Amino acid sequence: MSTIEMDRSQSAKYKLRVIDCDIHPAMTSWTEVHPYLEKRWIDHLSVYGSHLRHAFSEALSHPRMSPDAARIDAYPDEGGPPGSSLELMRKQHLDPNGVEVGMLIPLRWNPGSQRNLDFGAALTRAMNTWQVERWVKQEPRLRASVLVAQEDTDAAVAEIDARGGDPNFKQILILPRTDELLGRRRYWPIYEAAVRHNLPITIHVGGTNGHPSTGGGWPSYYMEEHHSVAQTMQAVLTSLVFEGVFERFPKLRVVIMEGGLGWIPSLSARMDKHWSRLRSEVPHLRRPPSEYVREQVWFSTQPMEEPASAAELIDLFDRIGWDRLLFSTDYPHWDFDDPRYAIKANLSEAQRDQLLYGNSRNFYGLG
Amino acid sequence: MMARHIVATVDEIAPGQRRLVSLNGREIGIFNVDGEYFAVGNRCPHEGASLCKGRLVGLVESSEPGSYQYSRRGELIRCPWHGWEFDLRTGKSWCEPDRTKVRSYELKVEPGGALVEGALRAETFPVSVEKQYIVVEV
Repeated sequence: MSTIEMDRSQSAKYKLRVIDCDIHPAMTSWTEVHPYLEKRWIDHLSVYGSHLRHAFSEALSHPRMSPDAARIDAYPDEGGPPGSSLELMRKQHLDPNGVEVGMLIPLRWNPGSQRNLDFGAALTRAMNTWQVERWVKQEPRLRASVLVAQEDTDAAVAEIDARGGDPNFKQILILPRTDELLGRRRYWPIYEAAVRHNLPITIHVGGTNGHPSTGGGWPSYYMEEHHSVAQTMQAVLTSLVFEGVFERFPKLRVVIMEGGLGWIPSLSARMDKHWSRLRSEVPHLRRPPSEYVREQVWFSTQPMEEPASAAELIDLFDRIGWDRLLFSTDYPHWDFDDPRYAIKANLSEAQRDQLLYGNSRNFYGLG
Repeated sequence: MMARHIVATVDEIAPGQRRLVSLNGREIGIFNVDGEYFAVGNRCPHEGASLCKGRLVGLVESSEPGSYQYSRRGELIRCPWHGWEFDLRTGKSWCEPDRTKVRSYELKVEPGGALVEGALRAETFPVSVEKQYIVVEV
C-alpha cells in the first residue's frame, strides 16, 4: 500500500501540446507590487485604498462559488492565494498539461476600473512590470497582457505604446464591464493603438462598472451571475459591431475570453437579420454584422460547452469557425478546463492540435 | 482478477477523514463517514480531477422554494474543480446518477484475527489480531 498523488502526466493517451490563453496569476500579498509602484501611490493605497465603482471595494461584484473563485486543490502549501505560486502552477498545470505557452490574465484590483484614474494608470504600469518580473522572466513559457486604464484613454494609449514593442506582451486586456459599452468612441484610441502595435484586444469576463450584471437587474445566485458573463459579452460584441469599431479598424483583432460559445452563432444570425431590415440606422456598417465577427473576433474555449451530444459541439465549432477557437483553461479557477477531457467529442489528431495549440500559435504569432 | 487488500487499520482514518491509496495501479479514496467506511475511485469522471482533494458535504434538498432539508452529513464528496457531488455509498453523481458516476469498491472492516488466518496473510501489511482492518476488494 502507498499513499500517492495522482500523476496526471501518465494518464494521457497522447502527448499533449497546449497553448493556454487564460491563466490567472495572483500576488501573495500586495507588497509584491510595491517595487513597481511610485511611492506616492503606495502611500495612497495605504491611506485610501482601492476604489472601484461598487460597495465593498476590495470584494468582487458578486460572491463566487469558492474563495478567489478557485479550484480548492490550487492553494499553495506555503500559503497565499491560488495562482500565487509559480512552483505549484508548474507542477499542477504547466508540466502535466503540456502547456508550451501560457497567457497571463491578471484580474484582481481591476486597475482599468479604478475610480481614481491616476491611481488606476499607475497600477496598470506596476502590474504590467510585475507580470514580467515576477512571472515571465522566471518562467519562459508565460507571456504577459498589457493592462490598461480604459476609462482614461490617454493613459491607456500611453501604456500600450510603452509596452507595444516588448515581446513579453502578447495582448491588451480589458474587462467588459466598463463604464460604457466598449464600442463607444471614447475607447477608439485604444483600438487604434492596438492596431498600431499589432496586439489583439482581449476582453476577459469581469469588471466592476456598478451596473447590474444582467440586463434585468442584480441576480440572487452565483449561477445567475455565472450565466450573466455571456450576456455581457453579447452586449459588448454587439456594441463593437454596431458602433462601427470593426469597420473603422479592419485590422483590429478581438478575443472574447471566457464568455461561452453557444450564443455566438445565434447572435451573429440575429444581428444579420436586424441589419437586413434596419441597416439605415447604422449606414457605417457596409457588410452583414456576422462577417465582422467571423473575420475579426476570436473566442477562448473555456468554459467549454457540454451539450448532450458530441455532434452538437462539432456543429457549434463548424458554425463559429474552427480557426476562431483559442484553447484556455482558466487555471486556477474552479471552472478550469482540462485539455484532455474538456472537449467532449472525438476529434482527429489534427483537429485537437488545431484547437489546443495551432490556432493560438498563429493568432499570437508564436514561433 | 479481483483481490482483497488491507488498506489501513480503522483508527488510522478518523471520522471525516480520508486516505488515498493505490491498489493494482488504481487510485482509490478511502473515506470514514462517522465510523462507516467507503471506497471510491479518485478520478472524477467529468474531467479527471483528484476527488480525494474535494470537500465532504451533506445533501441539501428542497421540497419547495424557501425550505430545505439537510441530511446525510458528510456522505457526499464534492469535486475540487467543478463541484460535482458524488454519493460515497454508490459512486453516483447527484445530478446525473446514471451517466456520471465514479467507481465504488467493495469495502469491509474485518478483525485482524480473521485476516491472519485467511488468504491475506502474505501481504506485507503487518497484521495484528487485536486490531480492526479496512479491506477493499479491487
